[in-house]
Amino acid sequence: MSERLAVRKTYKLFIGGAFPRSESGRSYVVTSSKGDFLANASRASRKDARDAVSAARKAFPGWSGATAYNRGQVLYRVAEMLEGRRAQFAAEIADAEGVGARKAGELVDAAVDRLVWYAGWSDKIGAVLGSANPVAGPYFNLSSPEPTGVVAVVAPPLGSLAGLVGVIAPVIVTGNTCVVIAPERAPLPSITLAEVLATSDVPGGVVNILTGSAAEIAPWLAGHMDVNAVDLAGADPDLAVTCEELAAENLKRVVRPPAAPVDWLADPGTDRMTAFLETKTVWHPIGT
Amino acid sequence: MFEYAPAPESRDIVDIKPSYGLFINGEWVEPQSEERHKTVNPATEEVLSEIVWAGEADVDRAVEAARKAFATWSAVPGSERAKYIFRIARIIQERSRELAVLESLDNGKPIRESRDVDLPLVAAHFFYYAGWADKLSYAGFGPDPRPLGVAGQVIPWNFPLLMLAWKIAPALACGNTVVLKPAETTPLTALAFAEICRQADLPPGVVNIVTGAGETGSALVRHPGVDKVAFTGSTEVGRLIARSVAGSRKKLTLELGGKAANIVFEDAAVDQAVEGIVNGIFFNQGHVCCAGSRLLVQESVAEEVLDALKRRLATLRMGDPLDKNTDIGAINSAAQLAKIRELSEAGESEGAERWSPPCPIPDRGFWFPPTVFTGVAQSHRIAREEIFGPVLSVLTFRTPAEAIEKANNTPYGLSAGVWTEKGSLMLWAASRLRAGVVWSNTFNRFDPASPFGGFKESGYGREGGRHGLEAYLAV
Repeated sequence: MSERLAVRKTYKLFIGGAFPRSESGRSYVVTSSKGDFLANASRASRKDARDAVSAARKAFPGWSGATAYNRGQVLYRVAEMLEGRRAQFAAEIADAEGVGARKAGELVDAAVDRLVWYAGWSDKIGAVLGSANPVAGPYFNLSSPEPTGVVAVVAPPLGSLAGLVGVIAPVIVTGNTCVVIAPERAPLPSITLAEVLATSDVPGGVVNILTGSAAEIAPWLAGHMDVNAVDLAGADPDLAVTCEELAAENLKRVVRPPAAPVDWLADPGTDRMTAFLETKTVWHPIGT
Repeated sequence: MFEYAPAPESRDIVDIKPSYGLFINGEWVEPQSEERHKTVNPATEEVLSEIVWAGEADVDRAVEAARKAFATWSAVPGSERAKYIFRIARIIQERSRELAVLESLDNGKPIRESRDVDLPLVAAHFFYYAGWADKLSYAGFGPDPRPLGVAGQVIPWNFPLLMLAWKIAPALACGNTVVLKPAETTPLTALAFAEICRQADLPPGVVNIVTGAGETGSALVRHPGVDKVAFTGSTEVGRLIARSVAGSRKKLTLELGGKAANIVFEDAAVDQAVEGIVNGIFFNQGHVCCAGSRLLVQESVAEEVLDALKRRLATLRMGDPLDKNTDIGAINSAAQLAKIRELSEAGESEGAERWSPPCPIPDRGFWFPPTVFTGVAQSHRIAREEIFGPVLSVLTFRTPAEAIEKANNTPYGLSAGVWTEKGSLMLWAASRLRAGVVWSNTFNRFDPASPFGGFKESGYGREGGRHGLEAYLAV
């Protein structure tokens, strides 16, 4: 009796809640850390990047207008779904990063725990960052954080799931939508994460994930006039400079690549949330 | 309109030197640059003084002085730094009349505004941030937030001393040292501030003032010895600066242009709204980045609001900035006047209807009458571009959703106004406006405790309040 032939998975892009192939028809070979063939991944083009931005823009009013409680629940739901796929993620991480099964499991656990942590921030960040300001006059004056808009994210190359969650969760928990460029060499956990997002009540377009070459796609996003911010977490130095220069065209908020390697398992603090928040201050007279 | 006898504020109180050097390391120094330019009173074109346009070598010297001073200044206990800044605030209060007159002479703004708005806010800003200097560990930026180093700061000509205060007060409170470049047309109050630093015995090099134009500013923001760049000015220059710091570790905050919508709903209190519209666009000759330059008025009350607005504008007095009765002063420069004229002509040629009240224009100086355009379409240049002058573009809307759509239809996002007597409508509108400051049933209010800054292409970072500290801390 011959061995059963495995059904291999096709990894596609994640745009507007759907899983299209690249419109360019291009794909590239993804190998394990040992060099074995794992899958073909889509190689996203400029058109895919633009489609992803318009999906993110379309999703922004609904997602930023949802209640903080609702966004928190959705992120918690992502954590639940991720936990349910623990084995699949652990296997993909082991392949991609060449770590043992136990370590891979720990990395998945860390990602789940981080999602739970961020989920809880949705209805607390406003209380921490906002303020009632004691102005010298008869005015009510209130400052509160609001999401910046559409954020383009170059995901960090290593720590493929914890790093990915570590850059996506802080962006979306406060109401932003995003276009994420998956780590080029290890994109498979990103697409599996997309499958989790697609089944976790995250509205289509809130997170869009592109696989392919960051060097090719990131400049299109950094120069896109309907993107409000770029997170260059995973950009190499040359790409980061190119993107920062392009981002100046419409004054995007820019998070530069970290000066030292980031430990995605450590307490991240609030910086990645505050980087993509605007402070709005409302005045109103007080009187009879 | 009542005839008022002239009531000019005396200018004897100010002592302007015929020329100024650069203020570096606590001293007035002779520049290496040989380029000198005159600064004039825009109301009369009279030459007030001559200033240096500092070159790269001069900027280098100033940054060097600030670098050296940083080592000691950042080690001064917060409570002692606070006392220096409190001292500065007090000296400003004591010399406020002199500074107000100087500001009006060099800038052209009415003395009523420099005396009652600019100067009180300048002193209040130093007073506010002085108090933060020894309380930074309570500000929400960690237990021991550190300063960044040397701040290179470039400020505009519309609120010369106030913008200086917004830049220098938080920088010093956080333990940074400063090289500041005032605008080339309004350097005099910054140079007076240099003297105030000496009066306060501020250690040498903590504050350095280099005068000049764009090239001086460019040399400053590009200088490798600068750790922090803060700029207030046009979006165009903001873009250049953002590009120039790419790839560096310099922290950048930008407060740029605006094209604010001032939305009047049909249930608004009309008389109050008209006062707000006037204050929104004619305050400081409209030389205000957050000016309410687009009036969006609900169609059902448009006629009533515009009639009342025109009646009110006919009572504004334009003329001598030092006259205490003056409402509208001079345009700051010939270049700015040319820009306002060019855009106003574009407004007419694109089909909007232009109106100004009868308004005698002085023979000398730079003047532009309060101007209202009606029948403005969103595609018109006067509805899209920042005019930075006393020119109001009026558009109408039918539904609240249309008002928000039009208000947000701009790459800018600095400020917005909402006029309604209905609380829920006000909060609904405020939550949907993509702008950093929303004034409801008021306009153009400022306070050191209140964060100010924009969304989108109006820049990033906040000035004022607890939020304003972040720009000057390594967080």
